[in-house]
Parts: sequence; C-alpha cells; structure tokens
Amino acid sequence: MRINFFLNDKEVQVETDPLRRLLDVLREDFELTGVKEGCGEGECGACTVVLDGKIVNSCLIPVGTVEGSQVTTIEGYRTTERYRVLQDAFAEAGAVQCGFCTPGFVMAADAMLRKTPMPNEDEIKEAISGNLCRCTGYNAIVEGIKIASRKGRGLW
Amino acid sequence: MVRAFRPESVNHALEIMSENQVIPLAGGTDLMVQRRAWSGLPPRFELPVLFIDHLEELQLLRKEEEQLRICAGCTFTSLLEHEAVPWEFKIVIAQIACPQIRNRGTIGGNICNASPAGDTLPLLYAFDAELALVRKNDSRKLPIEEFLTGPGQTVLEKDEILKEIVIPVYSFNTFFYRKVGARRANSCSKLSFTGCARVDGNKITDIRMSFGAVAPTIVRSREIEARLRGKTGKELNKLIPEIIDLYAELIKPIEDQRCTIRYRKTISLKLLHHFLGDVIMAKMT
Repeated sequence: MRINFFLNDKEVQVETDPLRRLLDVLREDFELTGVKEGCGEGECGACTVVLDGKIVNSCLIPVGTVEGSQVTTIEGYRTTERYRVLQDAFAEAGAVQCGFCTPGFVMAADAMLRKTPMPNEDEIKEAISGNLCRCTGYNAIVEGIKIASRKGRGLW
Repeated sequence: MVRAFRPESVNHALEIMSENQVIPLAGGTDLMVQRRAWSGLPPRFELPVLFIDHLEELQLLRKEEEQLRICAGCTFTSLLEHEAVPWEFKIVIAQIACPQIRNRGTIGGNICNASPAGDTLPLLYAFDAELALVRKNDSRKLPIEEFLTGPGQTVLEKDEILKEIVIPVYSFNTFFYRKVGARRANSCSKLSFTGCARVDGNKITDIRMSFGAVAPTIVRSREIEARLRGKTGKELNKLIPEIIDLYAELIKPIEDQRCTIRYRKTISLKLLHHFLGDVIMAKMT
C-alpha cells in the first residue's frame, strides 16, 4: 500500500506493508532512531510519538492508518524552543540516566504541558503514567517537568 | 492477498465486509498486541485488516433527551473530553491504561474485544447500554448482555460491525467504582466492582451492581437488585449477609497469572459489602 503522511512537518510517501508498525517504519525507513522500542506492547512508552496532536505508542499503530496524518517524533520536536527548555530542565534535575526512555518522557511531558502549562505533581504523574523508566525512579523526571513548566512559562 | 482495506465510509466498509472476511481495526491497542511478532516484523494477522479508525461517521457522539448515543470509534480521550459523557463514565475511563492508549483505544474496541476484564463493560451493563450493529442493508439493536457471550466471544457476525452504543441517561446520586490491579496505570484488572444507586431520603430507589473479571462475562443480577429496591437503611443492613451470599454464587473467577481465585472472590465480595454497608448507608438520611 502507498501511504502519504506528514513526518516532522515534511510530506513523505512510503510504499510498504500497511500492517507494519509505525515504529519500524520510522526507525528503519526514515532512520529516526530517537523512537525506541522497549516492550513492543504499549506498556513502556519508549516509542511515543505525536499523531495528529496526540501522543500514541508507535508500536501499536499499523502504518496504513496514518494516511494523511501528521506524525512528530523527537527528531522533529527537538527543533523547538519548548524542547530546549525540557532538555535543560531534565539535565538540571538529573532526569536522564541511560536515556533510553527519555524521548518518550519528553513527548509525554510536552503533551501534558500543552494542555496544562502549570501542572501539579499528580497531574505530572498521570501524564507520564504510560512511560517506564528503570534508572531514575521517576522523582527526577517529575522534578525536571516541574522545572520546565516554571522556566518555560508562556511557551506552552 | 490484500493485507488491508481502507474504506471511504461506513457503507463502503460494509460493502467490503459483505465480500471479504476481515478483521476490523479501530485503535488497534488490543489487536496489535495479540498479534505481535518478533521485534521489527509486521504483526501476524490471519485475515486482511479493515481500517476503520479514520471514519468520522464512527466518531460521533450525540445527546438526545433520554439517551446518549456514542459511536463505536470514539476514543477514550474523546469521551473524557466530551461534556455530554456522564461523570460516572469519566471516572472509569480515566483509569484505563495511560494517555497514549486512551488517545487511540476506542469504546467499541473495548466491547468487541470482549475481555472479561474490559474496563468499560461493567458500567455499560449497569447503565443498560444497548448496541447498534450494522451490516450491508441491515441493522439490529440488542442489550450489551446479549452481545457478549464469553471471553473474546460476541454474537457479532462476520459481516457486521458495532456502530453505536446507546446509553440511557440516569441520575444516580451514589457511585462507587474500584478497579483492582497490580499498578495504577496500564494494568489489566484483577477484578473490578461497579455500584450505582439512587438513594432518596431513607430509601433505595434504584440500584445496580456489576463485577468485572470474575466470570466469563460481566456479572450483574437484576433479581438481586430488585430485592434491594425500595429498602430502607434498616432493612438493607439486615439483608446484606444474604445478598453477599447470593453474589458469592454468581462470582466464578478463574486463576491466572494476574490473580488467584480466592483473592478475586474475597475482594469482590468485600467491595460489595463496602458499597452496601458504607457507601449506600452514608447516603441515607
């Protein structure tokens, strides 16, 4: 099947099996390796991308369903000012250790800040409840998102 | 073999279904996990897939005087964001999985997947939800308890899709829902209890109770509920042990990797006891 969609603001076309996972198409066909595979079953959030404005697990999306949609990965998001604020805040809080889960957490954090620019701790925890991190114990990530919300005031 | 169809409308989808045996896929959050292959390989679907996630006709929601009509393709997130969705549903839906899954998973998928642990099912039972099914040149409507027949089993025909969920509007003033799982997010429930009631003064005017993941399908008994209707606090208190015994007969859980039989049964009955003895009693004046 031929599939047309917008990837990181660019119109792209791919001719492939429509049931392949969006995750695999992004990593293998477009070499966007910031999208990680952790569990492959929607539990860990490492493959989180933004699909038409909403975060989704790209391991659960057959690529044939993204026809005409907007897909944003961490590579597309990193060109924004919001990304820079989140990156600095994560670094300041020590929210990154091995880094494998980080792109997913950043996408989930951004999705929440777009809806709730000044979240409380419970809202942050709820927003990242679909992401697993095996290094940090989460406290540093929650702290990083709080810092980003403070320092990025007005951006979201 | 065609791997997937992408219809332009519901009618087009039904046309395809009248000629091909397919697996309809809306959110895909269950299907893609059930059929996953090794990392990097496409999932293994035994039949061609019919994508229906993009059909706007299946994402409508409208409130009529006495009922709410939710199209099957509404995602959990869209239901949480819609003002017409009853608050009881929002409490239940907010506890499903995580934001990523709620953005994609649909209420129709939750029903058609027919898991005994399906999170929306107990509340749909309690609300007497009706399902509208369509096929080419035909449609039918039936209560949700007639639709679900066992784990993963429904009466859906091969050329039929679930189009709409019709929920009568009730004004319960007492609601208690508890999903018991290994963690708050992303867990498949070990068991769940849903209790809805209308308590006026010192009397139960309406009461519904349903149990998830403790039998092949959701457990709800209109007969037991009828025995509680019209009862006062005093009468209810006396009846509680008997009611618990009646439900103990109906709760027949299995043992699996998530939970033992004993735990499922004990906790279900304790939640029932809490609902009747504490939540309802607290509402009595």
